[in-house]
Amino acid sequence: MTWEIVIGLETHTQLATKSKIFSGASTAFGAAANTQASLIDLALPGVLPVLNKGAVECAIRFGLAVEATVAEKSAFARKHYFYPDLPKGYQISQLESPIVQGGHLDIMVGQGEKSYEKRIRLTRAHLEEDAGKSLHEDFHGKSGIDLNRAGTALLEIVSEPDMRSAEEAVAYAKALHTLVRWIGICDGNMQEGSFRCDANVSVRRPGAPLGTRREIKNLNSFRYLKEAIEFETRWQIETLEDGGQFEQATVLFDPATGETRAMRSKEDAHDYRYFPDPDLLPLLVSADWIEREQTALPELPAAKRQRFISDYGLSAYDAAILTASLEMADYFEAAVRASIPAAAKLCANWVMVDLAARLKREDREISEAAVNATQLGGLVMRIMDGTISNAIGKKVFDALWAGEGSDADEIIEKHGLRQITDSGAIEGLVDEALSANPVSVSEYKAGKEKAFNALVGQVMKAAKGKANPQQVTELLRQKLASG
Amino acid sequence: MIYSDLKTLSRALHEKRISSVELARLFLDRVTRLNPELNAFITVDEEKTIAAAKAADQRLAAGSAGMLTGIPLAEKDLFCAEGWLTTCGSKMLQNFVSPYDAAVVTKLEREAGMVSLGKVNMDEFAMGSSNETSWFGAVKNPWDKTCVPGGSSGGSAAAVAAYLAPVATGTDSGGSIRQPAAFCGLSGIKPTYGIVSRYGMVAFASSLDQGGVIAHSAEDCALVLSAMAGFDERDSTSLERPAEDYSRLLGQPLDGLKIGLPKEFFGEGANAEVVSAVLLVVEEYKRLGAKIVDVALPNSHLSVPVYYVIAPAEASSNLSRFDGLRYGYRAPDCNDLSEAYTKSRAEGFGAEVKRRIMIGTYVLSHGYYDAYYLKAQRVRRLIADDFRKAFRECDVILGPTSPTTAFNIGERTSDLVALYLSDIYTIAVNLAGLPGLSIPSGFDGQGLPIGLQLIGNYFDEARLLNVAHLYQQATDWHTRRPQGF
Repeated sequence: MTWEIVIGLETHTQLATKSKIFSGASTAFGAAANTQASLIDLALPGVLPVLNKGAVECAIRFGLAVEATVAEKSAFARKHYFYPDLPKGYQISQLESPIVQGGHLDIMVGQGEKSYEKRIRLTRAHLEEDAGKSLHEDFHGKSGIDLNRAGTALLEIVSEPDMRSAEEAVAYAKALHTLVRWIGICDGNMQEGSFRCDANVSVRRPGAPLGTRREIKNLNSFRYLKEAIEFETRWQIETLEDGGQFEQATVLFDPATGETRAMRSKEDAHDYRYFPDPDLLPLLVSADWIEREQTALPELPAAKRQRFISDYGLSAYDAAILTASLEMADYFEAAVRASIPAAAKLCANWVMVDLAARLKREDREISEAAVNATQLGGLVMRIMDGTISNAIGKKVFDALWAGEGSDADEIIEKHGLRQITDSGAIEGLVDEALSANPVSVSEYKAGKEKAFNALVGQVMKAAKGKANPQQVTELLRQKLASG
Repeated sequence: MIYSDLKTLSRALHEKRISSVELARLFLDRVTRLNPELNAFITVDEEKTIAAAKAADQRLAAGSAGMLTGIPLAEKDLFCAEGWLTTCGSKMLQNFVSPYDAAVVTKLEREAGMVSLGKVNMDEFAMGSSNETSWFGAVKNPWDKTCVPGGSSGGSAAAVAAYLAPVATGTDSGGSIRQPAAFCGLSGIKPTYGIVSRYGMVAFASSLDQGGVIAHSAEDCALVLSAMAGFDERDSTSLERPAEDYSRLLGQPLDGLKIGLPKEFFGEGANAEVVSAVLLVVEEYKRLGAKIVDVALPNSHLSVPVYYVIAPAEASSNLSRFDGLRYGYRAPDCNDLSEAYTKSRAEGFGAEVKRRIMIGTYVLSHGYYDAYYLKAQRVRRLIADDFRKAFRECDVILGPTSPTTAFNIGERTSDLVALYLSDIYTIAVNLAGLPGLSIPSGFDGQGLPIGLQLIGNYFDEARLLNVAHLYQQATDWHTRRPQGF
C-alpha cells in the first residue's frame, strides 16, 4: 500500500526594511556584534515599540501579490518565552488577526515534459520581529549574544498542507523565494538567514485523515529542505510500517548526517501566553494605502509567465524558467526588444542555455553578465537574418563576453564571420568535399545517414563554419541524389 | 520661600530675588535634614541638582527662561533620567543607571528647565497602595509618621507634603497619584490616558499607566501638567493633539456646572467622616453656582476585580525583561541559564511583584485566558460605558478619592483585599482612561487629610483643574502644613 506525504511550510522572510520593525536601529547585515541594537532592541526599562510603516508596506505588497485579503484591521500580540536572545522576554507577533489572510501561490513542479502546475493555498502571513542570535562557539563553555538581528522585521508566511512531495515543497519554496525578491520585500539571502523554512510533515494512507505531524525547524537552503523532508518522510513511513508510533514534535535537521532528530515533544511545548500588545494600537490599513501599493506592484511572475506564453509563443516550461527571477525576465524581454518579436524563442534559448551556462560556470548573477541584453538581442538578430549561423553565434557570444567588441556586428566584421550564402561559393565547397571524401559518399549511398553528417562537417570545416548550414545541406543532398 | 506656590517661586526667580541654585539648596538642605524621618527619597545627587540649577540660572540670566525654569521638583523613581539611578523601588533595578531620559524628564527638566532634586520612593514597580512594597523601605506620612503616605507614588506625596520639594511627578495606574495625594493633603492629577508620553516611564500596566503631577494646589498641577503633556511619536499610545495650556480656564465661574454624584461612591465601604467631609464640599460647590445631579456607575463594583486581572496580566509580561542578563540584579554563582533566570527573579523581585506576576501569568495561560483576561476586557468596556452615560447627565463626577484616610504602616500588609479596596474609587477611572484628580477637603478626627476626587470627561483636564481651583480659592485645606515640616 502506498503512503501519501503531506507537507505545509512556514517561511520566515526577513523584510528588506532599512530599520527594524519597532525601533530605528539599522538592519544592515554583518556589523560588529551588538552595535546595531538600540535601547528598544535591548529592552531597556521604559522603552516602547513604534511600528515601522515600511514593514507594513512589504506585508501589503505580499498580500496583493498572492491575491490574499489584506486585513483592514490587524493586531499585534506578545508571545512570551524566556531566552537570552529575546531581550523583552516576549516576541511581538500577530496571532488572531494577521495582516495577510488566505491567498495562493501557483508553482511549476518538475522539469521539461514531466513538469506540472499546482496551486498551493496560503493560510496567512503575519508581521513579527526576529530574535537576536545566540553564539555557542568561541566562548569556551559560555554563550555569546548578538542582538543586532533582534527586532528585524519578519513576514511569516504559512501555507496550507497542500504539498505532496519534497519536490513540491522545494518548488513552492523556490516560487516563494522568487516572489518575495520579485516584489522587493526580501533580499532572499539564505546564507544570511533572510529566508528560512519550517516544514510540517506527516504521512497518511490516501484518503485517510491527516497523520501526526512533526515540524522540521529552520531549514535555510533548498537542498536541506529537500533532504530533511525526504529523511523525515522515510523515517515516519518506516516507523509506522514497523508498527510503531510517534508523537507530534519539533525536530531539527542535521546537515552533516542528513538526519532529523526530535528537539521537544508536544508535552513540553511552551504556553506562550499570547495577549494583545497594549503598547501598540491596532494596525489599520486603509483602502487608499492598499491601492497605492497595488499601483506600485510590478507585473507578477504568474502574469508574466502567461504573457510570455501568449505573446512570445514560449512553452510553459520555458516561460517558468525565464520568470525565475525578475532580473532574468527583464533581461529576456530587453533582448527581445533589441531584436524582433519573432526572435523571442531564439532569445529564450540563448538566455536559458548559453547565457545560463556561462553564468553558472563563472558563478555570476545575471546582473553581472558580461554580455548585456541589448548585445544578446543584436546577436540573435544576426542569427535570425542569416548573417551568421547559430554555431558562429556562439563564437560571437564568446567574443562579446571577452569584451572584444561593443556589439555583434562589430565582432562579425572584425573576424570576418559573415555567413557564406552565395550558392556559387557553397557549391564549390560542396564539390571539393565530395571529391575529397569518396568513402563517405559510397557509405551514404549504401544507406549510412551518418556519412552525410560527416560530409556536412567537411564542408563546414572548409568554410570555417561560415557557410549557411541549410544551403550546404540542400546542395549536398541534391548533388548526392543526382551524382 | 519653601512654602510658596509655583507662581511665586517663578516670579522670585525671574525677578532675581533668589537664584535657582539657592532655591535648590534650600530644598536639598531640607531633604538632608528631614528625609531620614520620612524615607521619601531613594536617590539624591547634589552635584547633578546644582549643575541643573546653574543651567537654569543661565537661562534666567539670558532671558530664555520659561515659567518653570529653575523650579525644583522630585521625580518618581520610575522615570528614566540619564545618569540617574532609576530603581522603580526594586532590588531588581538597584544598580540600574539609565542611559536615557524619559519623555517626561526631557520635557520638564531639559525643555522647561525644572531642576531635579532627586528620585523619590515608590511601591516596587508601582505595585501597591501604601508605599510599603519598596525594596528601599516604607515611606512615612508627614501628617502622622506611623501612617502610610499612600501609593504607589508615596515618595512623591510625602516629599511634597513635607516641603522637601514644591512639586513631584507621579504615575497612576489605579490611583497611584490620587490616593497618596488624598492621604497627604495634596492635589494630584492623572490626565486622560495618552496625554503624557509613557516613553521612559518604566511600565507596570501599559494600558493603565499614566504620568501626572502631585503638588499643593490645582493651579500648580495645571502649570506642571502643561509642561509635561504632549504628543510623542515614540509612544504609540500617545494622542496626537495640539499642546494645551491647562491653566487657561483657571478662575472662570462655575455657572451651571453639573456635578454628578455616583451613589456607588458613597456606599457602605466609605468611612463616615470621609463621606461627610465630601458632602460639605458639595455644599461649597452649590454656593459656587454648581448644580448637583445623581448619576449611576452600576458596574463600578467590578473595577477592582477587573483591575486585578488586567494589571497583573500586563505586568507579568512587562516585567519579563528583568532577567538579570543585560542590566539590573543578577543572582551570584548561577550554574546555568535557568538558574540565572529563576534565582535573579526570585531574589530581585519582592513579594507583591511576584504575586502579581503569578496572577498575571495564570490569567494569560492557555485555557484560562478567555475566562479571565478576555472577560475582564469586556467588563472594562462596560465600566467605560457607565462613565459615558454618566457624562451625558453631568460635566464632572465627584466623590471621595479613597474610602478611608491614611492607615497605619503594617496594618493592611496581611489583609490584601482591604489594601486593594483603598483604590476602589480611583481604579475605574484608569480602566476608562479618564482624567481624575484629588484635592484635600478636610481632616478626620485624627488630623489626617481627607481627599476628594473629581473625574472629568476625556480631555477635560482644564475644566477639571478649574473646578478644583475654585474650591481652593474658597477654602484653605491645601495650604495646611503637617506639624514639624
